[in-house]
Amino acid sequence: MTGTDGPYGLNSVTLTVPSQPKYLYIVRSALYPLLLGAGFGKRDARRIVLAVDEACSNIIRHAYEEDPSGTITVTATDAAGQFTVRLRDYGRKADPSSIAPRNLEDVRPGGLGTHFMGQVFDTVTYDTSEGEGTLLILEKKKQQVKA
Amino acid sequence: MKVEITTEKIGAGHIMALRGDVDMNTSPDVRKNLGEVFRQGGARALLIDLSGVRYMDSSGIATLVEAMQNCMKRGMRLRLVALSPPVRDVFELARLASVFEIFPGVNEATTGL
Repeated sequence: MTGTDGPYGLNSVTLTVPSQPKYLYIVRSALYPLLLGAGFGKRDARRIVLAVDEACSNIIRHAYEEDPSGTITVTATDAAGQFTVRLRDYGRKADPSSIAPRNLEDVRPGGLGTHFMGQVFDTVTYDTSEGEGTLLILEKKKQQVKA
Repeated sequence: MKVEITTEKIGAGHIMALRGDVDMNTSPDVRKNLGEVFRQGGARALLIDLSGVRYMDSSGIATLVEAMQNCMKRGMRLRLVALSPPVRDVFELARLASVFEIFPGVNEATTGL
């Protein structure tokens, strides 16, 4: 894990993990204290961690199709007024037109991750413009922080 | 992170207690243990104690929904017990609180079985 004065500035932390479920707890463990430090309450912090974890799970399932040799680079940026999480993968590009949260009335296993991301974050952006893979950008305004 | 799974028999069936993280990595273990409970058969109810769950993601939710469907097929009651705050969060986000029978403790959950 590195603090960086790279492309996202001094208030960013970047972490790269293999595309394997057993490493996702590392992302969760790193993100939670950063969110508390950014002023989010415990409940909001837990929900943001959940949504980022779901994004990572979706990358493992859909971008890498469970190939364990890929990487997910997570960059969390605590800027004035906004907390941003960027997830970079180099797997199959996401097709935003095919990604939609499912109807919650339809109680069945699976398909909740996209719903969680949309519920928790103010904006969810899939950027497939650069080379391989996808940059997923999740943004949360800090004025919506609740204790 | 791992999940600890303990299962014991009670009068009406089984109680399974989960401790730790129920996520994409550990949900298959929970599903496997649930499968063993269902294979034993002969139970009227399955209680799942979630008080020790530190984290649950959508794969954990999916596992519980599958357990509910399996219980319905077998004429069993599924009762969830003592949801920890992280589990409550994910249930609220998934709007599942009204789908399951949820009880604050084992004593309450075994009433009427």
